[in-house]
Amino acid sequence: MNETDRKLGPTILKAENISLAFGGVKALTDISFEVKEHEILAIIGPNGAGKSSMLNVINGVYHPNAGSVTYKGNVRQRMKPHEAATQGIARTFQNIALFKGMSVLDNIMTGRTLKMNAGFLAQCLYVGRARNEEIEHRKKVEEIIDFLQIQSIRKTPVGRLPYGLQKRVELGRALAAEPTLLLLDEPMAGMNIEEKEDMSRFILDVNDEFGTTIVLIEHDMGVVMDLSDRIVVLDYGKKIGDGTPSDIRNNKAVIDAYLGVSD
Amino acid sequence: MGFFVEVLLSGLMAGVLYSLVALGFVLIFKASGVFNFAQGAMVLFAALTFVRLLDILKDSFAPITLSLIITIAMMVMLAMAIERLVLRPLVNQPGISLFMATLGIAYFLDGFGQTLWGSDIYTLDIGIPKGSIFILESVFDGGILVAKEDLVATVIAGLLVVTLAIFFQKTRIGRALRAVADDHQAAQSIGIPLNYIWVIVWTVAGLVALVAGVIWGSKLGVQFSLSLIALKALPVLILGGFESVLGAIVGGLIIGAGEKLSEIYIGPYVGGGIEYWFAYMLALGFLMFRPQGLFGEVHIDRV
Repeated sequence: MNETDRKLGPTILKAENISLAFGGVKALTDISFEVKEHEILAIIGPNGAGKSSMLNVINGVYHPNAGSVTYKGNVRQRMKPHEAATQGIARTFQNIALFKGMSVLDNIMTGRTLKMNAGFLAQCLYVGRARNEEIEHRKKVEEIIDFLQIQSIRKTPVGRLPYGLQKRVELGRALAAEPTLLLLDEPMAGMNIEEKEDMSRFILDVNDEFGTTIVLIEHDMGVVMDLSDRIVVLDYGKKIGDGTPSDIRNNKAVIDAYLGVSD
Repeated sequence: MGFFVEVLLSGLMAGVLYSLVALGFVLIFKASGVFNFAQGAMVLFAALTFVRLLDILKDSFAPITLSLIITIAMMVMLAMAIERLVLRPLVNQPGISLFMATLGIAYFLDGFGQTLWGSDIYTLDIGIPKGSIFILESVFDGGILVAKEDLVATVIAGLLVVTLAIFFQKTRIGRALRAVADDHQAAQSIGIPLNYIWVIVWTVAGLVALVAGVIWGSKLGVQFSLSLIALKALPVLILGGFESVLGAIVGGLIIGAGEKLSEIYIGPYVGGGIEYWFAYMLALGFLMFRPQGLFGEVHIDRV
């Protein structure tokens, strides 16, 4: 159901010759790839290949030592993560980063931060516009809760939820921002098969219903092959493959990286 | 009965002052998960700045207003400096590192304030009415004696608390503050600018310190010991819970009232002096049986 019948838009994100080093450790070397609008792109590679680093570069957590990121036609200089959020980039984390003390509802509400703009004073007094705004955003958040089928846990503090559900809430918080580009760092790590199926379905639905462009990192090859339109393979910080799932399946360098080289 | 109420009231009003100091701690703890050891030093610094400016500007047309504005500006600049020089380099570090950093801030501020403004004891008079009045004369025989300045302090503290509580619970910025306290990285990823939030919260803590400093200062004089009232806020926090604005208030009131009542009613049997250790004993009891305090959040960690 993937690459064949859906229309991809123009390039939305373009990474060109990205290099990133921490001291003497080269995390990324000369990486270039493009993401098209409405596409699901998977970044795969063995542990330590630089996948998360790549995501952090897109998200503005790391600033590359060389190369440039072009997003929506603008070449970006040094950008902070909260500025990335302003431009419609939302993300989830490899190790869940939810606000543990807050309820599911509040967590997802925080995702709407950038959509609210009542004045400071009005907020302090909780009057007029600020109040209407809360109600309006609450509606949107309830839609997301319905979408992810987590109605029954909306008042539960997230710290008490099982791992799979926390991952789902984190996706909800990212969706609340109505992002154009969604970055998912191992959305299915540590899940059982059922949970993985649910999560895959949500990702496809998000992509389909909201037209969100998705870049994801995942280890489960079955999931990656099923979900993605295109796959970028990293190994030791270098790009060794880029293409459709079937291209990647037959790519010699990729097979070598995963299975080891036989001489 | 009248006497009991009188002791209770004076205790409660002393408690309000403890609450004011504790509030500053709670604010920063909520927003950055850091126990800010420098809160006492901020109280001293704010009060010193204010009282010295008042002296310098005494011939101007509105000395109190002007000094207040300049002091507030100083506290905002202080918040910005702390954010830039201390907090920003420590983003994503564990809470204990930040705590150690606030120890440094405390010593620096104590020294810096006194170098800048001198280390004498300064009297502070901003027109808070002194003396005592009798109230409720119709209910109790002879009425109840209360200090006017305590009444004023109570009203100010009350207003401050209501504003802060609403701010934290009901607003977007309040929610953003709580989000930042929970997880720096995640907060940034949803578009909360960390630096800006920290400046806001340290500014608010600075303003609370200023209010506490001015009220304490006009009671006791502005002097180095103001910096030590932070120690009095500790048991208040343990009682009320580190994350709760309401807890800081209730904790302060319980400790204030408890101190005075136990001094009067139990003191004679044990030779007095209860006032000095009562708060800490109470805190110890709470640490054993209810470590999250009355209004604190229970944290459940998965293992």
